[in-house]
Amino acid sequence: MNGAAQLMQGHEVIAPIVLPLLAGSVLVLLEKSRSRWVPLVSLCATGLLLLLSILLVMQASGGKVQPYLLGNWQAPFGISLALDRLSALMLLLTAAVASGALVYAVAGQAGRSEAAQGEHFHSLFQYQLMGLCGAFLTADLFNLFVFFEVLLAASYGLLLHGATRARLKASVHYVVFNLSSSALFLIAVSLLYALTGTLNMADLALKLPLLRPEDARLAQAAALLLLVVFAVKAALLPLYFWLPDTYAAASAPVAALFAIMTKVGVYAIARMTTLLFGVSSGGATAGVAAVALPVLALGTLVLAAIGALAATRLRGLVAYLVVGSAGTLLLAIGLGTEGTLAAALFYMVNSTLVAAAWFLLADRISAARGGVDLLDARALSGGWAPLGLAFLIASVAVAGVPPLAGFLGKALLLQAAGQTPMAVWVVALVLGSSLAMMVALARAGSTLFWKPGAGGGATVAAHVSAHVSTHLPAHVTASGALAVRPTSAAHIWAIGALLAAVLASAVAAGSLSAYAGAAAQQLLQRQPYIEAVLGARPVPPKFDVRKEMRERARESGELK
Amino acid sequence: MLLLLSLGIGTLTGCGLWLMLRERTFDTILGLTLLSYAVNLFIFAMGRVKVGAVPIVEAGKTFTLANTADPLPQALVLTAIVISFSMTAVLLAIALRSNAESGSDHVDAEEPRP
Repeated sequence: MNGAAQLMQGHEVIAPIVLPLLAGSVLVLLEKSRSRWVPLVSLCATGLLLLLSILLVMQASGGKVQPYLLGNWQAPFGISLALDRLSALMLLLTAAVASGALVYAVAGQAGRSEAAQGEHFHSLFQYQLMGLCGAFLTADLFNLFVFFEVLLAASYGLLLHGATRARLKASVHYVVFNLSSSALFLIAVSLLYALTGTLNMADLALKLPLLRPEDARLAQAAALLLLVVFAVKAALLPLYFWLPDTYAAASAPVAALFAIMTKVGVYAIARMTTLLFGVSSGGATAGVAAVALPVLALGTLVLAAIGALAATRLRGLVAYLVVGSAGTLLLAIGLGTEGTLAAALFYMVNSTLVAAAWFLLADRISAARGGVDLLDARALSGGWAPLGLAFLIASVAVAGVPPLAGFLGKALLLQAAGQTPMAVWVVALVLGSSLAMMVALARAGSTLFWKPGAGGGATVAAHVSAHVSTHLPAHVTASGALAVRPTSAAHIWAIGALLAAVLASAVAAGSLSAYAGAAAQQLLQRQPYIEAVLGARPVPPKFDVRKEMRERARESGELK
Repeated sequence: MLLLLSLGIGTLTGCGLWLMLRERTFDTILGLTLLSYAVNLFIFAMGRVKVGAVPIVEAGKTFTLANTADPLPQALVLTAIVISFSMTAVLLAIALRSNAESGSDHVDAEEPRP
């Protein structure tokens, strides 16, 4: 019976990895011959990925963890994938953000020379999606490293597209920083392998509590190294300095896609701190980051608020909003109760979508201002009403003001954090940073939309830059001036769709929070995940090649 | 053997870190390369160093780690080498382009003000 069920089981778990891989490979060939089908193929593949991830969310919402054995090896020996509620949610989020970013990119690309957008934009985009989906699905630590490298390699290429001086500088920093963190990742993974003899996450979860006491310190070092690596991706306090420069330098659709990249780090931390190093997991590594993570996350929130207040450019402001949302998420994950985890997953959906919408919107606003990203009074070409409305909705969603889902997420978090020892700090700093971000956004909005006088408007920027030395150098958006494209219907559709998804997450808040709650519960009950991954049986081969070869050898031997 | 290996890893890591923290892109890349060598050796060492053991199976001996070297870290090292090599190539290309665009091989793409 069980065997029959296993045989029936399809390959849909690996499809989100294979689909972008195939699409990317086809696109490389098409791009080579400069085919005009390139955007269409890319759009179709991303649309398919969106449909597929909706299907997977529906499948995962039943609560069953679905394992997949790559290479058909029994679990701890081969590489496993696993689809649970959290993975499915992340896949859907990735596909949604990617669709919005891609529609926007195609809209911006029409009629533009290849040099401005870059020749291999679409294939790199697909490879990045492959890396993202793989990272969300894998249940193997080394495989996670490999998918991290896939998505990073693609992101290096995407960041560089339309290479300007500012992008090159940001790229050098970004690549060096990520290569160093990859080195740390390898050290941590190999340490864990040396201690436990396994890389499968489910198997690790079983083996970590059984470590000898003399290995306890090494295991803790490895666990914390892993968290440092993920904190680099998630932009936690001492390691977020790469983010504002990088995101501000990237082109708009790329920055929008990068909004999901910080969430890979958040996802990995959520997975590690529940499955491997959770407070209840037992052994030396149990709760290894239980104090450090929320404290650092609170620090991140404070600095993100200061950064947002001090930003002199709209892109920089948005980048700090991303840092702030990562801080909120890591705070909720670090507190580690079921309630805060559920709040984190709920908030993740809203904050990722709205961050992506923000990067696209910031690009449109600067395009309407003649390619200038600086927060100063300047004439706005075209109507201010659609941009202003989008700005208002996006601001309300990102700052956590009722009635949108950002507020609900923060409210859920505060409610759940009330029972934790850090409740006072959490409430004070989350509310304080929300207020600061709201002030920053209100000031930016009033400067952009209410002071449309041409010239004589450098006051705000000069005033702000007096306070801060970390703002971006003046040539950062020099690329913006080169790449100004009038706002087309597709641009509006892309931003509108992302904002509509944000609104929908507020309207469907009931079912979304039920799903987030169930996902959090599934994360904390580690047993079903472990059993599903380790219990997955290899599919019996239809043709046993080795047996056939043996028989053939015997026959030929007999013939001789 | 073990002492030699660990001293080698330590030296490579130390040199790599020192070079990485310098201000020229060439030094930084060289440092990253040394660091990746150190990491590769470290992964290799994490599979327990054995002298003269067969890689996978020897005829007549049971397949346990007492008789053979651990093949998994060797596979991991291979992956890590490929990835770090290709990423270093990408970084070199970026650094060269940055140097060509800005006329400076400083990591901030401009000479520090005196």
